[in-house]
Amino acid sequence: MAAGGAGGPILVFVEQVGGEVDRLSLEALAFAAPLAAAAAGARVEIVVLGSEAAASAGTLRDSGAALAHVVADARLDTYAPVAWAAALGAAMDRSSAVVVVAPGSDRGNEVLAHLAARRGLPMAAHVVSVAPAASWRLVRQRWAGSLLEDAALDAPVRLVSVAPHAVAPIEAGAGAGPPVEAQLFDADLHDADFDVRVGGIEASEADGVSLTDAKVVVGGGRGVGSAAGFGQLEELAGLLGGAVGGSRVVTSLGWRPHSDQIGQTGLRIAPDLYIACGISGAIQHIVGCKAAKRILAINTDPDSPIMSVADYAVIGDLGAVVPAISAELRRRAGAA
Amino acid sequence: MNVLVCVKRVPQTGGRMVLAPDGRSIDTRFLGFTISPHEECGVEEAVRVVEAHGGMSAVLTLGPAEAEDQLRDAMAIGIDRAILLETSGGEWDPVSTAAAIAEAIQVQEAANGAFDLVIFGNEAADTGDYQVGIRVAVALGRPVINGIKGLTLTDGVAHARREAGGGGWETYALPLPAVIGVKEGLNLPRYPSVPGRLRAKRKEIERVALGGSPAGALGLGAGEDAAVEGTGVGAVPGPTMVGLRLPAEERTAATVIGHGADAAPAVVDLLLQLGLVH
Repeated sequence: MAAGGAGGPILVFVEQVGGEVDRLSLEALAFAAPLAAAAAGARVEIVVLGSEAAASAGTLRDSGAALAHVVADARLDTYAPVAWAAALGAAMDRSSAVVVVAPGSDRGNEVLAHLAARRGLPMAAHVVSVAPAASWRLVRQRWAGSLLEDAALDAPVRLVSVAPHAVAPIEAGAGAGPPVEAQLFDADLHDADFDVRVGGIEASEADGVSLTDAKVVVGGGRGVGSAAGFGQLEELAGLLGGAVGGSRVVTSLGWRPHSDQIGQTGLRIAPDLYIACGISGAIQHIVGCKAAKRILAINTDPDSPIMSVADYAVIGDLGAVVPAISAELRRRAGAA
Repeated sequence: MNVLVCVKRVPQTGGRMVLAPDGRSIDTRFLGFTISPHEECGVEEAVRVVEAHGGMSAVLTLGPAEAEDQLRDAMAIGIDRAILLETSGGEWDPVSTAAAIAEAIQVQEAANGAFDLVIFGNEAADTGDYQVGIRVAVALGRPVINGIKGLTLTDGVAHARREAGGGGWETYALPLPAVIGVKEGLNLPRYPSVPGRLRAKRKEIERVALGGSPAGALGLGAGEDAAVEGTGVGAVPGPTMVGLRLPAEERTAATVIGHGADAAPAVVDLLLQLGLVH
């Protein structure tokens, strides 16, 4: 049997803020459960960091986790990648884990990469599934999910981060399952581990509803024509209580700030409705908006790639269609 | 201020990808190539840092001989010199890639003096491994932060910021020399000028032949014992790509609900039906 075979604990790195476990960590727990079930004698354990860590472990009764390794060091309340990786590594050692699963967040990937580098271990990022056997075969995302890679991962401890939204999260809450036993331990962190840390938080320049929280997102592409052309999209988004975003083209042209970019090198959004205006639908854009529940495309070209992912389409020039929708919304609001 | 930016040559994709017959790469016969987008901003930032503070900028890539094109693209907008770690066929896994880059940086620094700043992209557009810059930083014993979309250098300190989860910005301060992983949005890269392109065409590129077998180059097979902590040397390589596949196509047949401005009432009806207006 290869090193790191079946039976040892699967350790899930759980991120929490103020005692509340973040969504991608709940997805990581959902990813880990079948892995443990497939390996005889394996079980899921978690590691949680910071002064609220024990409280957050209490919300994971239905996670299937048997044990929580808790580092209640208040210095870990501030994000510090090296210190977080050192704490994760200490939990990995004390649990004798054979697999470490991290959420596919900025922090999850960064902390896991630090751990991998310090321990000389390989790491597979944005994994969507694993066929556990003596020699591991996994599937991971390339090109933000436009392409899948089948890969082998063989190491004494296997480090994987879970692709965002590849698996449905487990439910957090009090639950009916057995309580997760919390074991507090000292991770023996050094001051130098905290040299790189969040030194402060600056407020965002943007106001209004954020693209990642909005129920309706109005997106504009090259077809909008100019920075000024986004005024009509702003108007429609305003009437719908939504937010405006754009494709990579419009942020590269400077029509919109980069923080409004939807796609592989920008934001992944998941609104109830995405209204794609004058967007042809390059795959780099599609990976950013495909989690929307519904997509309405407004485009002059009925054969543009966006139509193959849209649920609804209006064929026409957005310069005519978008103001007409706003006018109709106003008319009905006035009539009501 | 001496700055090194590390870049990757990737295909310029737009539509649905097509795989090569062996299923181990994308069919690039009809595609151009570019510098991975996060790293385009890294190149621009390296040029700006040297414009503001003086010093020398360099660009480095690990890739096939053709990656010379991307090095010349970087020099066309103002990077001073270029290093190509030339591979011959096949992909390099992130562990082997980082080990080769860290070694090349040490060789460069022994000959030409230390880099105050080494810039990587947050993750490569194609493989998306999220780790090469961090591995190099750990091997060199330098502080590192990823995901950076704002950077200023003052008095030997890199002040960096990245987007916070709940909106706003996290700020970080790293003493130089440091390694920074950047994201697109850090700046708006300039276009090369014609004289810039001509100058870049004539410049020398320093070539280092790496060969084709990363695991062999490290003298290690998968599953051997892990390395000494913090050195990044002798690490277990991987993951090992077995093959590539396209995800199942999620095609929808879009329902056309109207044409032109006349579609407005139907759109508002849809918004009502979805419960998005009341």
